[in-house]
Amino acid sequence: MSTLVLVLLTGIGLGALYFLVASGLSLIYGLMHVLNFAHGAFLTLGAFMGFEVARRLDSTSWWAFAVSILVGGLVGAGVAALTELALIRPLYERHIEQVLVTVGLAFAAVALYEGIWGSDPIYIQAPAWMRETTGVLGAQVPNTYWVLMAAATALLISLVVFLRYTRFGTIIRAGVENRAMVTALGIDVRTAFLLVFAIGGSAAGVGGVLAAHYTGYVSAHLGSTLLIFAFIVTVIGGLGSLPGAAIASVMVAVLQQFANYYLGGTGDIIVVVALAGVLLVRPSGLLGRRFA
Amino acid sequence: MTAAVAAARRIPVPLVVGVGLVILMACLPLLNISVPGVLPTPTYQPGTLALLSLAMIFAALALSYNMLLGTAGMLSFGHALYFGAGAYGLGIGLENLGVPLWPGVFVALIGGLVIALVTGAVSMRVSGIPFAMVTLAFAQAGSVLVRRNSSVTGGEEGLSLNTAGVPDWLVGVVNTRNLYWATLAVLLVVYLVSVWVDRSRLGHLARATRENELRVRVLGLEPSRARLLVFVIAALCASLVGVAYMLLQSGTVPRSVSADLTITVLVIVVLGGVGYRWGAIVGGVVYTILDQRLTVLAGSDMIESLPSVLRVPLSEPLFILGALFILVVMFLPGGIAGTVDSWMSRRRAGSAHGDAEMSDDAPAGRIEGAEQVLETAGQEARS
Amino acid sequence: MSTILEVEGLHASINGQQVVEDVSFTVPATGITAVLGRNGVGKTSTLRAILGLIDRGGEVRLAGERIDGLRTHRIVRKGVGYVPEDREVFGSLTVEENLQLAVRQRQPRRELVDALFPDLVQRRRQMAGTLSGGQQQMVSLARALINDNRLLLVDEPTKGLAPLIVDQVADALEEASATVPILLVEQNLEVVRRLATDAIVISGGRVVHTGRAADILGDEELTHRLLGVGVAPATGGAR
Ligand SMILES: Nc1ncnc2c1ncn2[C@@H]1O[C@H](COP(=O)(O)OP(=O)(O)OP(=O)(O)O)[C@@H](O)[C@H]1O
Ligand SMILES: [Mg+2]
Repeated sequence: MSTLVLVLLTGIGLGALYFLVASGLSLIYGLMHVLNFAHGAFLTLGAFMGFEVARRLDSTSWWAFAVSILVGGLVGAGVAALTELALIRPLYERHIEQVLVTVGLAFAAVALYEGIWGSDPIYIQAPAWMRETTGVLGAQVPNTYWVLMAAATALLISLVVFLRYTRFGTIIRAGVENRAMVTALGIDVRTAFLLVFAIGGSAAGVGGVLAAHYTGYVSAHLGSTLLIFAFIVTVIGGLGSLPGAAIASVMVAVLQQFANYYLGGTGDIIVVVALAGVLLVRPSGLLGRRFA
Repeated sequence: MTAAVAAARRIPVPLVVGVGLVILMACLPLLNISVPGVLPTPTYQPGTLALLSLAMIFAALALSYNMLLGTAGMLSFGHALYFGAGAYGLGIGLENLGVPLWPGVFVALIGGLVIALVTGAVSMRVSGIPFAMVTLAFAQAGSVLVRRNSSVTGGEEGLSLNTAGVPDWLVGVVNTRNLYWATLAVLLVVYLVSVWVDRSRLGHLARATRENELRVRVLGLEPSRARLLVFVIAALCASLVGVAYMLLQSGTVPRSVSADLTITVLVIVVLGGVGYRWGAIVGGVVYTILDQRLTVLAGSDMIESLPSVLRVPLSEPLFILGALFILVVMFLPGGIAGTVDSWMSRRRAGSAHGDAEMSDDAPAGRIEGAEQVLETAGQEARS
Repeated sequence: MSTILEVEGLHASINGQQVVEDVSFTVPATGITAVLGRNGVGKTSTLRAILGLIDRGGEVRLAGERIDGLRTHRIVRKGVGYVPEDREVFGSLTVEENLQLAVRQRQPRRELVDALFPDLVQRRRQMAGTLSGGQQQMVSLARALINDNRLLLVDEPTKGLAPLIVDQVADALEEASATVPILLVEQNLEVVRRLATDAIVISGGRVVHTGRAADILGDEELTHRLLGVGVAPATGGAR
């Protein structure tokens, strides 16, 4: 029983991490039809910058942790906004080229990170509480997972509020549905593009700092692996659907943890099999509209 | 017009150039040519032959990828899976089944074919960007499988070739020449397959589906079948190249199944020019030599003496390649071949009224072709 | 008579395929100008080209000012309202959100819109995607009428609507036309006859005829040749 709870809760925690990455991907794809390969690079940069800041403060203190989260988010937002302005915008509507430049950026960024921080993992410190566990129904759940869940929940709520109750949110929702018509109402949809990139980037940056606490280290490749799972999650959830991404994140991660625990570490494979299954039954994903 | 000129005209220029190039390449191991700064040793020595073989591996892999992106307009991020299947298939066949080389090659190709059929059929449930993501996921699963099952694949360490079943003339540094010729043969085979696909009904169909899926449907043809077939042929070619790679390197590492490798191939194809067969080959060669040169440069004293703002990026070959790639995509949309091609046709248009349609290697489709596929997918998503 | 829109040598393409060949016409500053033509001749594409929604070339002037190099949202902000073919309301947004999104001025013309489409008043919070076709058309019209525009581009507003709703839409357009000139693509000749002062006929991506609407519709041979309609007084369901 306690193992079951443990596997379930760690699954949800991992799903929370996936959601931090996938939410931005899904929003960006939904609005702009851009597959952002550089999202993992945003995440990694957030993690490194968060680490650099925390290490200059007292990295075992809560306040350093809070600042590192903030810095991760800001750096992620900044670099994502720059990417949109410098690389994505000039290639307006040329979707393949847009994918390609993000691929190139991811490629170059990882190499650059290796140049700066080396290719070995750098182990990081955290507030003592984050290294401890909390008992739930007999299961000892590492506290990092609670932080992940809290962060993802906060992100989900603020995204929903933003999308539902602000003018920009309305523009984004309308743009996901029919971009051309948004411009035909006299709205410069590119502002929304920039915003979506920045939001996605900041979620990824925060996700990077938390991912570093989840794995215990930062490395130049931190984002690459997470990105692939985030891709899987967005496809399963339905591209462009935020609730879909949220549900799929948790489902995929829980499935993965269960397979890892009960089926001899086959989690990664099971996830891909699940992806294949979803595609065969429902190519548009769980909550996606028809796209193929 | 004299008869001689007319006769000469019947043999297309690119064919003459191509045959000449193949003969030249075949003779290189017998010649003593030095190209300082580009090739590490004279052409008859193993150092250069190994580098050129690797370049041909990349060229052939890029050609196979060009069938996907250039001809059928499919952006796949999982092509390395089939390359890896060939390499690992051969290695596992020789090691675990204990078969000799040729049956081993057969096993590897069959393995690549089966994997391509299954993953291709599933991936093609979607198109455009989702297709790219799904192929990436499959390749990732393959990469995980390879890393995990170290008893079969050697895990992170990689798998070295069990040479017991391989004929002696294909083993060891002393036989680099033979391996070089074998690789050249593989490149030639992939090239011919690529030409055949582009010219066959299948290629026309694949191009047509890329441009207008609806029209093909109306014509009563099954576009997804054509695309799957191109996908499988391209994958099979990649497996063949993987086999050659395994022989050449006497081993393979998990990177040969990774998304990194696919992206490398994508970089090569875009650099060379999407849709141009000769572009893929030039891209493969340029990339390999550039990669090697940049690595040498990265360790050089000149770089060491730079301030760290310049030193750190310049000592990372992949950073330079990534940045170069971005620049090509943004400012040189046709890649090397596309730029040369449009420059040539502009010149041809300028120099009176020559018959323009002479290139054997007319672009099988620019990147815009694939663009439309994505657009269509996007529009469908909106409706 | 002064003109609000001048179009000269307009051409446009979609995915590299030419859909508007060479279109030139002017729209007077008052009244409704109808754009007529058979299906697929490029009427919708002409409107979309004017708005910059598809790749286009040629000259377009709004009140004398060139707008053919501007991006869509800039053109719209110059005072061009657009009611697209097939409504294109945002189905996942409420009626109110659809209207809010369209508002470009500090004092939107709420009373006018509410008076024209009382149906929508109670449905403010309903998802636009769940509205009937006629109600969606009203939302689409309301999005254009809520601002003070200098020109409206309206594309087949009566397409697929029941006769009663057709009348309501026509009423709305008639009332709007008192204050703003309208370029109206319309297949229902009954409606054209009632509303339009002028008309242009497009065929094969070109303007083949321009004149008074009444003159064109009165000429049986002409309407038959250009529009492929039989006896002139077409009924509402003749499409
Ligand atoms: N997205 C597109 N891709 C390719 N061709 C298109 C596209 N949209 C329109 N066309 C073509 O452009 C031509 C003009 O289309 P348009 O919609 O402007 O016609 P229309 O006059 O509005 O017709 P209708 O009366 O049926 O609405 C048609 O031949 C159509 O097939
Ligand atoms: Mg139309």
